[in-house]
Amino acid sequence: MSNTTQLDQWQKITTVDEIPVLGSRVIQAPAGQIAIFRNSEDEVFAVLDKCPHKGGPLSQGIVHGKSVTCPLHSWNIDLSTGCAVAPDEGCAKSFAVKVESSVVWLSREELQTTHG
Amino acid sequence: MKKQKLVMIGNGMAGVRTIEELLKLDPELYDITIFGAEPHPNYNRILLSPVLAGEQTLEQIVLNDLDWYKSNGIHLHLGKTITKIDRKERTVIADDGTVESYDRLLLATGSLPFILPVPGNDLPGVIAYRDIKDTNEMIDVATRYKNAVVIGGGLLGLEAANGLALRGMSVTVVHLAEWLMERQLDKTAADLLQKSLEEKGLKFLLKTSTEAITPNAAGDRVSHIRFKGGLEIPADLVVMAAGIKPNTALAESAGLHCSRGIVVNDTLQTFDPRVYAVGECASHRGTAYGLVAPLFEQAKVCANHLAEYGIGRYEGSVTSTKLKVTGVDLFSAGNFMGGEGTEEITLADPIGGVYKKLVLKDDRLIGACMFGDTADSTWYFKLMRDEQSVAEIRDTLMFGESNIGDVGHQGHNKAAGMTDADEICGCNGVTKGTIVKAIREQGLFTLDEVKKCTKASSSCGSCTGLVEQVLMNVLGTDYSATPRKKSICGCSDLSHDEIRQAIRSGHLISQEQVRTELNWRTPNGCATCRPALNYYLISTWPHEAKDDPQSRFINERAHANIQKDGTYSVIPRMFGGLTTPAELRRIADVAEKYQVPTVKVTGGQRIDLLGIKKDDLPAVWKELDMPSGHAYGKSIRTVKTCVGDEHCRFGTQSSMKMGVELERMLFGMYAPHKVKLAVSGCPRNCAEAGIKDVGIIGVESGWELYIGGNGGIKTEVAEFLCKVKTDEEVREYSGAFLQLYREEAWYLDRTVHYLARVGMEYIKQKVVEDAESRKALYERLLFDLKDAPDPWKEFERAGVDIRQFKTIPIVEVGNV
Repeated sequence: MSNTTQLDQWQKITTVDEIPVLGSRVIQAPAGQIAIFRNSEDEVFAVLDKCPHKGGPLSQGIVHGKSVTCPLHSWNIDLSTGCAVAPDEGCAKSFAVKVESSVVWLSREELQTTHG
Repeated sequence: MKKQKLVMIGNGMAGVRTIEELLKLDPELYDITIFGAEPHPNYNRILLSPVLAGEQTLEQIVLNDLDWYKSNGIHLHLGKTITKIDRKERTVIADDGTVESYDRLLLATGSLPFILPVPGNDLPGVIAYRDIKDTNEMIDVATRYKNAVVIGGGLLGLEAANGLALRGMSVTVVHLAEWLMERQLDKTAADLLQKSLEEKGLKFLLKTSTEAITPNAAGDRVSHIRFKGGLEIPADLVVMAAGIKPNTALAESAGLHCSRGIVVNDTLQTFDPRVYAVGECASHRGTAYGLVAPLFEQAKVCANHLAEYGIGRYEGSVTSTKLKVTGVDLFSAGNFMGGEGTEEITLADPIGGVYKKLVLKDDRLIGACMFGDTADSTWYFKLMRDEQSVAEIRDTLMFGESNIGDVGHQGHNKAAGMTDADEICGCNGVTKGTIVKAIREQGLFTLDEVKKCTKASSSCGSCTGLVEQVLMNVLGTDYSATPRKKSICGCSDLSHDEIRQAIRSGHLISQEQVRTELNWRTPNGCATCRPALNYYLISTWPHEAKDDPQSRFINERAHANIQKDGTYSVIPRMFGGLTTPAELRRIADVAEKYQVPTVKVTGGQRIDLLGIKKDDLPAVWKELDMPSGHAYGKSIRTVKTCVGDEHCRFGTQSSMKMGVELERMLFGMYAPHKVKLAVSGCPRNCAEAGIKDVGIIGVESGWELYIGGNGGIKTEVAEFLCKVKTDEEVREYSGAFLQLYREEAWYLDRTVHYLARVGMEYIKQKVVEDAESRKALYERLLFDLKDAPDPWKEFERAGVDIRQFKTIPIVEVGNV
């Protein structure tokens, strides 16, 4: 992608340092509450903060590997897809994330689209 | 790097389970090839009996379909029998000439039926009962012929006989021994069994040995069977079920040491360390197991070794037996025959068809044999595996664990008596039918698998006993009981005990150290092991190991209790249940200002503000200006008190003062699970001290201490620990007990579970009798709790990350 479209497409959210390692922050966006996670490898993921099971706040779960365990009924959600790990089934919407020089960006378009 | 080659000979349950466990540990390590003599993928051999009985179909019992082999990149050779192993060249050769080389070889050749060496044993119509082919033949014969004879009155023989009878044949069971299933039952139980099977139409010839099997006139099929003594009866079908023997011919021809099985060590290696053996073909410490549960334990250890983890060891199994004949309840386990140095407790009601025998040795249950009423079999089996002392429950042992299923499952305690529509797991709404279906259709064997697939027993756990009963009823003998040594979670094979031990002896003070030293499979654990490790570290090395908030469940990270809608509840501490008008005013102000939807008085004598937004928590705490109530933690909760002698006309002691002192002393105490205390000022016990972790009851001459009570899932009455005189003694004795619990219990065990595991005698010894030990425990507790920070006030010291209370707002999205 070129530098000119980049500014239009992406919204600056926060810096990586502002997210606890193996933890999360919550964003209040028009699309709803979005959880952004940081794992031990400093990878950043963004998922709608709503477990596909009973709507639990995934941001409050324990982060391990590339997964988070929902605090309400312990479903494991794969952070890269937003989908539940077998044998559970269902997906939370996942959002595209871009990290550049420690700044975390989310897609403007996705931030705007509302989800249940 | 080129992958190593792993070749497996045999495609049955033990072998394929080993491969599954291996793929879980390291899917990339080996290039895997499997040879199976049968033309079928791995199927559930145990369920051949229900197939024969017409209760299930062959398609339903396949465990791994061909797609499974394909998607895991396994080269599968079906219908090929290996005829030679060349250990020098490290190759195997099949009957069709296929040659495959290996770096490691896994023998899972299973067992062969024992065929009686009598004339006519090779006639058409004489078969074994071992695989799909035999089962199909029996089903086919039953449609065309009348008379069947089953040789062997063991488990397999009786299941075969029952199936053939259900398919309309007239069946006679011939048995050499004096009674049926003599290796699993004593005579009394076997007689009851025989009687009930005779009522189903089966006929029996005991103490009878076969002399010859004779053909029909044309000589092309069996027609009669003749016994020693001259008796001859018609037989259109003869099923040999007189036992199995490990299939070791191939291993022997390859020069591997065999002695009633291929001899393996504790890591399932044969005398050639490149060659492993698991399952019915293997002989471990002189025993070749024929049941699935031990074989799956072997599979786990073997996979662990193949994956080069090298930390698992197989140390043998306690096995149990249950006959899969619908309508016949029978169970036996361990040493049920007794013998020197053992004691027996029996209950016999021959007319009612109930018989129970328990065999004890040194206050431990070592064997059980039951007929007619097996509802408590899982409980007895657990007592045996845990090697738990039964001295204190001996007088009621025979009557079973009658209090299982107190709440949440309609008072049921016998799964067999429940209908499919009855709810077993009240937390997750799982019915018996759902569990049975999942076990059958998804090929589940263990409690953990049922938990995962159905969610039954995965929340409060009170229905665990019922779920185990269902497993046992559906799978019979081959239900894989939860192994005696339970690993902490999927990230490690080590038990809670082993981990605590390693942290102490190795002076480990961080989770990274623990995971590296103990070969964790995952980089940063999971939601099950992380909170446990964090607790073990900070409780073993207080003021040294650093608390990791990200390894704590959200409630302990946010210092409030998460609710189903994602809001939180806030419960400020009121020491001993005492408060002041000023505190109540502040609570009221906060409730109004933050529009708290629900204000509730709790069972622990304090006030709960429910429905607070997470971002408001710091402000709420500040304005309340009260200490954290820790109502959200695996920690000290409350010390409930009655009014006591300050006001009450019956009071003998100052219970409020005692309660406040205890609660102040224990402030900030984390524990394996929540801890609740109560202090009553007289034996009327208005503070309900009898159902608390530590209950203290004032009497005229001092205080009585009770421990291990619980008012939750399963109401447990606290047991008397000791009587003391002074207030200081109350603090010292209860503190010492709590510290012992904190140091030795497994994470998420309440005091009642810990007490059941170690026994009252042990605790009395450490806390009451040995004064030095008591003082040391008490001092360690006080050291740990010194300057415990209040997480609602001292964020920095308590390690509270306040960023979590700040939602990042995105007000405007669009072009800037």
